[in-house]
Amino acid sequence: MSTLENKLFDIVVQKTGLERDRLSRDASIKDLEISSLDFVEIVFAVEEEFDIEVPYNANTMDSDFNTLGDIVDAVQAEVAKQQG
Amino acid sequence: MRRVAITGMGVVAAIGHDVEAFTNALRAGQGGLAPAEGLDQVPKGIAVVGQVRGFDAEARLGRDRLPMLDPFSQFGLAAADEAIAMAGLDFRADPALGTRTACIIGTGGAGIATLQDGFVRLFRDGKSRVNPFTVPRYMGNAACSHVTMAHGITGPSFAVTSACATANHAIGLGFHMVRGGGADCAVVGGTDALVNFGNLKAWEALRVVARDTCRPFAKDRTGMVVGEGAGVFVLEPWEAARARGATILAEMIGFGMGADAGDIVMPSVEGAARALRACLDDAGLDADGVDHINAHGTATTANDVTEARAIQAVFGDRAGTIPVTSTKSFTGHALGAAGGLELVAAIQTVREGYIAPTLNVTEVDPECPLDVVTGAGREGPVGTALSNSFAFGGLNAVLAIRRAE
Repeated sequence: MSTLENKLFDIVVQKTGLERDRLSRDASIKDLEISSLDFVEIVFAVEEEFDIEVPYNANTMDSDFNTLGDIVDAVQAEVAKQQG
Repeated sequence: MRRVAITGMGVVAAIGHDVEAFTNALRAGQGGLAPAEGLDQVPKGIAVVGQVRGFDAEARLGRDRLPMLDPFSQFGLAAADEAIAMAGLDFRADPALGTRTACIIGTGGAGIATLQDGFVRLFRDGKSRVNPFTVPRYMGNAACSHVTMAHGITGPSFAVTSACATANHAIGLGFHMVRGGGADCAVVGGTDALVNFGNLKAWEALRVVARDTCRPFAKDRTGMVVGEGAGVFVLEPWEAARARGATILAEMIGFGMGADAGDIVMPSVEGAARALRACLDDAGLDADGVDHINAHGTATTANDVTEARAIQAVFGDRAGTIPVTSTKSFTGHALGAAGGLELVAAIQTVREGYIAPTLNVTEVDPECPLDVVTGAGREGPVGTALSNSFAFGGLNAVLAIRRAE
């Protein structure tokens, strides 16, 4: 597990109170019952942590992010953009 | 109970700074959403806004007044001036009427631009002082107070606030006061000035703002667009309006309100339906008596589906046959002013027999099976119309009007 993934899962645990062992790249956001408002908070915390802006819109959440891996990838891409 | 006539209206919005320009834009299908202008910086996620551009505050309000007026008060006062002039009333010349007149002007954001300017000075620029009029500019009752001062209205006057339903609450309260005899005239509406960096950042942070533009009830909608402006009305007893030979724009016949008691941001079908039913009851209308609905129609995923289901819950089989439109596709979401802008649109609809389209709809969302008016709009007589406002915080307010006859 990458450091980034680790940090991100820490944030998810902190914001949602979910058990850490339920989190994986393939875990579905729907199955984890993460609400769109929890998700707004998670994205905010991620943006603060990594100093990036994640292009997240609550209206299109379902089509943009299905799994935790999708968030990891989005964050990775934004971090790479910033370093590039 | 007395019948209530609407004898004046005034509006400031992205599509026009008076009723004539606003109505022409609706007729021409010319929306007002565009990239924000005149800001030092625009938040990344804000593609377009319903900004009031090129508003000549000095010409409309006079230079001397401006130091005391946050933009939200400027818009509210300009709209009130237009409405009162249209009604042909002069409260200063008739102080007894001024005392029997209510002034209720609501706002969602109040003087947020003034507060922001002060904070920028303190926290960014390292200055030690703020504008000396910060308090009288930003306070939520500032617009209402300036309208009373400008026109000599000395009756019951206050501001209300209920986010996106603010204007409908203000208008509905004035309507009930005039109908019940608590006031002999009411100057009512809502105003908000919201296109500034800090406020746009706040909306962006909530992740509900559209990626491209405002597409109410469309399958590919991606959220709301921040707008601003003001809508103000003059209400008076029908017989008084007739007796003085005033032009009656429309009759106000119903007002229903209620609370979801649910979630601070997620709307509720039951709550919205309750407010719709309360309005029909208040107006003495049954479901067959409604010809048109000016929707809340914010173009967020949550609102539009919830609103469609509420309309279905109240109107049953008729739900799919009542023409519905969302003025927010022209103006953006002017929050505390939204109900005011939309009542101007609804009044023009019953007067002219023309429903302006909902712009930017590519394909109606099957989850919103309503008769959404698109394209060039729709011609044909409209006798009665509802105007919906469903606020963040679950505070709902619905108005009903009828063509003047």
